Formats: sequence, structure tokens, C-alpha cells
Amino acid sequence: MEGTRGSPPFVMLSLVLNWWRELSKRRRVRIWRGVSYVLFVVLAVAFLLAIDWARVIDTMFRPEIVADQFPDILLIAAKNTIIYTILGFIGGLVLGLVFALMRLSQSAPFRWAAATYIDVVRGIPLLVWILLIGLGVPIALGIRIPTTFGPGALALSLVMGAYMAETIRAGIEAVDRGQMEAARSLGMSYSKAMIWIILPQAFRLMIPPLTNEFILLLKDTSLVSAIGVTVTTKELTRWGRDGVIHSANATPLVVAGLVYLLLTIPMTRFVSRLEKKVAKSK
Amino acid sequence: MTSAIEIRGLHKYFGDLEVLRGIDFQVAMGEVVCVLGPSGSGKSTLLRCVNRLEEPTSGTILIEGEDITDPDTDADAVRRRIGIVFQRFNLFNHLTVMENVTIAQRKVLGRSKGEAERIGLENLEKVGVEEKAGDFPRRLSGGQQQRVAIARALSMEPDMMLFDEATSALDPELVGEVLGVMRTLAEEGMTMLVVTHEIGFAKGVADRVVFMDEGVVVEEGPPGKVLVDPDQERTRTFLRMVLEGE
Repeated sequence: MEGTRGSPPFVMLSLVLNWWRELSKRRRVRIWRGVSYVLFVVLAVAFLLAIDWARVIDTMFRPEIVADQFPDILLIAAKNTIIYTILGFIGGLVLGLVFALMRLSQSAPFRWAAATYIDVVRGIPLLVWILLIGLGVPIALGIRIPTTFGPGALALSLVMGAYMAETIRAGIEAVDRGQMEAARSLGMSYSKAMIWIILPQAFRLMIPPLTNEFILLLKDTSLVSAIGVTVTTKELTRWGRDGVIHSANATPLVVAGLVYLLLTIPMTRFVSRLEKKVAKSK
Repeated sequence: MTSAIEIRGLHKYFGDLEVLRGIDFQVAMGEVVCVLGPSGSGKSTLLRCVNRLEEPTSGTILIEGEDITDPDTDADAVRRRIGIVFQRFNLFNHLTVMENVTIAQRKVLGRSKGEAERIGLENLEKVGVEEKAGDFPRRLSGGQQQRVAIARALSMEPDMMLFDEATSALDPELVGEVLGVMRTLAEEGMTMLVVTHEIGFAKGVADRVVFMDEGVVVEEGPPGKVLVDPDQERTRTFLRMVLEGE
């Protein structure tokens, strides 16, 4: 034991520990920060040096294939992604409002029906719903859902409706109970009070979470690529995937990914600003 | 003459808790009745039963002779004739002061925008906040908000007004302006049922005072009797405690 205690590494360690203990808290924080910056830079440089850049660019970001994607990746694929997002969002909003009001209803059968719908829809992956509606329904029921956007937009709406129902319900419940009482005491019916007094205030509270759901939906439209589409209804993911098969190179998918970022990052920023604004106005 | 409000054998349970244990009393047309009592005595619940914000468990409530506890009675139609002012104001936060006093006139009574605003402005002037017509409620003081709430109720031209501790949430220096408006209403002959802790107001304005405790009416009578020389020990104890605080 005596031997280990006297050994140089142990002496060094105890010296460092003593020095550390005697530092003020502020200096300790500063040193920690310095160490972590240095560590970060070292790791980043090592990472950049370790990569074979010529090969990466050749397989994932070949300039002539990048150039090939434009402008159609924006005019067709990004446009279709946005169309699916907007159709799914509007459909989801309408369904979500209906199911939220059913959840809050005085009558139990309405509540049960809405709760069942929400649980069942949310309990099954979106991809399965898209496949069921795009492939299963036409086979099983012999119904063809009209228009090329139809099946994808329908599946997105049905699923978004279930998620948004909970957001909308939470928004309605966040409005002070006294608002409903005041409206009713002036002789307004439940539905008039809901339309003129409660929902306008609830939607104001719901703007940040609904915008968040909009961004999630935008990314989830990629799952529509699993069902048949025509050349003009390809969205970004399908566009990238088909491009990969066509060019035997990953570049199209990488470009599609970058276009997603181009759409989502400004919206994410927008949401965090909204959230700050709502928090302030409270 | 039928009473404005007539309550017979009113009971109200919240779960197992019996909050109102058999209430009987009347308010005549044009009468101002103040309800006093310790917190938890059931006076707010009583008031809320009168316009069916709470459903009575049993008993009968007649508004101008009409039984409103009858399930077939249209509660919305009854509430139109009864104005209520809440402790926490409950102004509509997303609407301006003018919109607060006009929205129910337009959506419930079907008045035109112009007519609703004329009546709204009249009532805002009456309570002295007409210069705030374009502002949102959050920019107003508590006293101003409560006066807007009174104007909002008056704009429906109710037959009677209920006040549920209308000054309890106000800073002390703002209580007077709201009580002043209530006093004016009483002098104009409005039928009023007022739940309050303001003994001075009850003494000066009420035609009759009702003292409640533990869900029953302990004592009622003219303010000069109940508030000065009460018959019941519980009333005396309550008054002593309230007056000591002042």
C-alpha cells in the first residue's frame, strides 16, 4: 500500500485534485468550459481528416447529379410534399375539432366513440394506415379513392385528426372555466359560447403546438412514398428514392433531405418565436 | 305580485357534501337583498343555482313565477333575464371592452351592430369606463374590469342582477368605485341579490339582509336589525369577527 501511495502517478493525481479543490467555483466553471471547447475542436478535426472526401462526394453529392435535380425537385417534389402537408393538415384540423368536441361532450356515447377512434388510430403506425388506405381498401372494398393525391391525403388526415383532437382538447381545457360561465350567464347556448368565446381563445393557445404538428406532418408525408404514385405526384422522398435507383448514386436522396431542411428549419424557428410570444402574453 | 326570485326547499350536494341544506327565501321585485356569511356557508352556490350555473339537487326556484328547476325550462332563456357579476370578472380576454358588452346582444338577442354599440356605450358611460371602449380587458385595472362586467350584464337589459362577491378580488382602493356603481343600480330600482362581505354596503343599500351559515339561512331581516342587534349567536360571532378585521 505504501508503495502505491508514494508512486509518481498518485502524487500527480493528488496534486491536481488539491489544486482543483482550492479553485473558486467560477474558475472551475471556466476551466471546464475551456477543456470542452478544446476537446470538441480536436474531435471535429480528427473526424474531418478521417473521412475520404473524394469518395463521399462521388457517391453522395456528385455535382452533375445535384444540378440534374433542379428545378424539378422543387417544382414537382417539394410542391407535392407541401400539397400533401396542407391537405393532411386541413383534414386533420377539421376531424380533430370534431373529435375534440366529442371528447368534451356531455353525452357518453360521443365521448366513447371519440376516445376509441383516437386510441385506435394513434396505436397503429402511420405507414400501416397509408398502406391500408392506399392498397387495402381498394382491394377489400372495391372502392377507388379518387384523384392521385386522394389516398395519401386521406390517410394523413385521418391520422392527424386523432393527434390534433388531443391538442385541440387540451387547448379548449386551458381556457379559464369562468369564460364559459360568463358566456352562458349572458344567455349564450353551449355552441354559441364555444364558437364565439372559447375556441378563439383556445386556438390562440394552440398555435405553437399546431405549428409543431404541421412540421411533423411535413416530414411524415414521406411515408406516402410507399404507395403508388404517378410522375407528377411524387413527393420529396419518393423523388429521392427513384433518383437513387435511376442514377445508382445517393445524391438525389441527399438533395431531397436538404430540401426538407430548407422547409423545416425556418418553421422550427418560427415556432420557438411563437412560443416565447405566447409565454409573454400570459 | 309575484316575487322576482322565490326559492323553496333548495338542496345542493357536491358528491357526498351537502352544501345547501334546505333554503327558503324570496326576493321581491325591486328589492335589494344582501347575503352574508362565512366562506363555505353556501352563499355563492345558492347564487349560482339561481341562474342554473349549478343544478340544484332538489327544491324549486321560481324566477318571476316560472319554475326554472323544471327540466323542460330553457335555461338559456332564463339566464337572459338574469345578469350575474362574478368575483373574478370573467371578461372575454380576446375581445375589446366594446365587443365584450355587445357580443351577447348580437349573438343572443340578434341586435344589429349599431344598436348593440349604442346600448353598450350607454352602459359603459353609466359605469364610467366609456373611454376604455377600444381597449382589451388586460389593460384595465381590476375595478375597471369589474365595472365593464357590470355594463356587459346590463346591456342584456336583465330583470334582475346577481353579484357573487363582486369586490372580493379587488385591491382595497378599487372596491369603492364598484360599490358606487352597485349603489346607483339599487337606487334606480334594480332587483338585486348580492353575496358580499361588505357590511357597510349591506347596511347602507340592502332592503333586507340574509345571514347564512353551513348551508342554511340562520337569520334574515332588515339590515338595521340583523347587522346591529341580531337574534342569533352565530350571526353575532360572524359580525364581531368581520368588524374586528376592519
